[in-house]
Amino acid sequence: MIDFTLWDIVRNLLLAARWTVVLSLIAFVGGATLGFVLTVLRLSGTKWLRYPINIYVDIFQGTPLLMQMFLAFFGAAALGFNVSAWAAASVALILFTSAFLCDIWRGCVEAVPKGQWQASRVLGMNYLETMRHVILPQALRLSVPPTVGFSVQVIKGTALASVIGFVELTRAGTMLNNATFAPFTIFALVALFYFALCYPLSCYSRHLERQLYDAGLR
Amino acid sequence: MGISLDFMALSPYLGELLRGLFTTVVLTMVTTLAGLMLAIVVAYLRLNAAAWVGMALGGYVELIRNTPFIVQLFFIFFGLPALGIRIDAITAAFLAMTLNLAAYSAEILRAGIESTARGQLEAARALGMSSLQSYRHVVLIPAFSRIYPALISQCIIVMLGSAVVSQISVYDLTYAANFIQSRNFRSFEAYLLVTLIYLLLAIGMRQTFLLAGRRLFAYRQGEHA
Amino acid sequence: MTLVCVKDLHKSFGELEVLKGVDLDVASGEVVAIIGRSGSGKSTLLRCLNQLEQHDGGTIEIAGQHLDAGAMTPNDLSRNVGMVFQSFNLFPHKTVGDNVMLAPTVVRGVDKTVAERLAREVLDKVGMLEKFDAYPAQLSGGQQQRVAIARALAMNPKVLLCDEVTSALDPELVGEVLRVLEALAKEGMTLILVTHEMKFAHDVADRVVFMHQGRIHEQGPPRTLFEHPETSELKQFISAIL
Repeated sequence: MIDFTLWDIVRNLLLAARWTVVLSLIAFVGGATLGFVLTVLRLSGTKWLRYPINIYVDIFQGTPLLMQMFLAFFGAAALGFNVSAWAAASVALILFTSAFLCDIWRGCVEAVPKGQWQASRVLGMNYLETMRHVILPQALRLSVPPTVGFSVQVIKGTALASVIGFVELTRAGTMLNNATFAPFTIFALVALFYFALCYPLSCYSRHLERQLYDAGLR
Repeated sequence: MGISLDFMALSPYLGELLRGLFTTVVLTMVTTLAGLMLAIVVAYLRLNAAAWVGMALGGYVELIRNTPFIVQLFFIFFGLPALGIRIDAITAAFLAMTLNLAAYSAEILRAGIESTARGQLEAARALGMSSLQSYRHVVLIPAFSRIYPALISQCIIVMLGSAVVSQISVYDLTYAANFIQSRNFRSFEAYLLVTLIYLLLAIGMRQTFLLAGRRLFAYRQGEHA
Repeated sequence: MTLVCVKDLHKSFGELEVLKGVDLDVASGEVVAIIGRSGSGKSTLLRCLNQLEQHDGGTIEIAGQHLDAGAMTPNDLSRNVGMVFQSFNLFPHKTVGDNVMLAPTVVRGVDKTVAERLAREVLDKVGMLEKFDAYPAQLSGGQQQRVAIARALAMNPKVLLCDEVTSALDPELVGEVLRVLEALAKEGMTLILVTHEMKFAHDVADRVVFMHQGRIHEQGPPRTLFEHPETSELKQFISAIL
């Protein structure tokens, strides 16, 4: 057995944490893009668009992210593709993120007071004009705090990619634990690293929320 | 290329599925109860106890909310024994889920309590209630009813998150799926079926909570007529 | 000349029939105050006039055009009918100037510079020109409501509907809004107001309409109506308020 110094452990975890960050970014950017498209379709579309999107959102919110990872991984295999753990994790996390953001953003659009729609109607604006000039700019402002807040869920969600074998922070922790048998130190460190990634975002989200509140918008 | 699904290949494993389902359901029920009770205590102490208690509990809440559940689980199951605290997998799962739910719910509950009208509290004080009495009789139920939807969602999130306890060999629904696919190599079918069961559990849980809510908060009925 | 012509208007919300056959003619330049208890249907009547609520039966004609069954687009409608709300409904993310300029530029395709000149003109009229670059949140309720009036005026409507425009205001702010409305009335603007301000109705309106249980129960010149009410319902209403 090799001897690991504390520094070795920290260094290895830090290296693995890069992949947590990369996977988080992929999930967030991909999920936000898809989520935005879904939100727009859900808001403007007919019920033929709205119902399938509602079901999509319900399914991803109503099943474990771990299962979504497994299905992306083994589903691709069943279709005859041989995907890497990292591709499967990306796909699962993007879909997961898009469903949640779609729901969050729809809530923000609905949180814009009804009076804004009525005032726009009375001034002669049609649906698209109202959406573009009145509703979306306000919804966008409302959406920033919960969206930043959700990015924390995405980062934490990437930890599940470890289960299908993608080597990120959590997986690196398990591997180091198998080699060093210092579980207390290692998992405390792993937790600390996640905390260092997530806590600033949580604080920032809360700060933004308070700003909105002070501006009288919430 | 084509996809051929064979769900009949799962039928010999009904027993395993039921065993896993049972564990998931029981674990969820017990941790929901324990977690919510703990949350009430934490929320109360954070708002009323000495500053250092509030700080410590705030630290606990933030720590849980900003780290992945799977890491919390591993820390409890693998890490604590290193300190001489030996626990089995199911206890670790119970502990991790309860602590997780309590942290989130305490935060939700705190928001609910803080939004309780000051006038209500002042009325309770004017009637001579102590802080604990006014908390119990005046604050808790309206606060609960206001944050109830958020609380339901959180309990469901914890139930879905419990899929991870299979990773420390708790025989839950996900463990059953892992077990089945290791025997019949029908991994996609196994996971699809189990995913569907989770979905049904989530729907069932929401309905049950809503039903309970209608009885718990009967006084609010007709409010939005 | 009749500007607004309502005949046998009916409106139900589910089981509840809110308007049970309302007939109302409003002449060009006339100021009509609608009074009545809450739930008497007065706000619903107003909201039918610009199709924020679609009526179930009867006809509405404004400036010779039928409004029935969504025949008019919001754009068409806004040429005839402007509205001011109880809760102002200013756009919080836009300055006072942009609030007023938005609809003329977006809906009418008016050039920016022209729209700005127009905005300054109407804001001057309501005494809010110096707040051109302020945001709604920086204004008092009375100031916000005056901006809302200017915003409606910028679309140059033939009739202005006012739905309890002073009800959300602190008492000391009511006067400034009423003064603006009074000035508009003097200029010859056609106004239909749902209001609780009996003194204002008495002093400014050409006609007062008392609504009761979904119908026009009594109407006439303010002095006659307030001083010699005929029906017991109106007598009761007036004595409860005064």
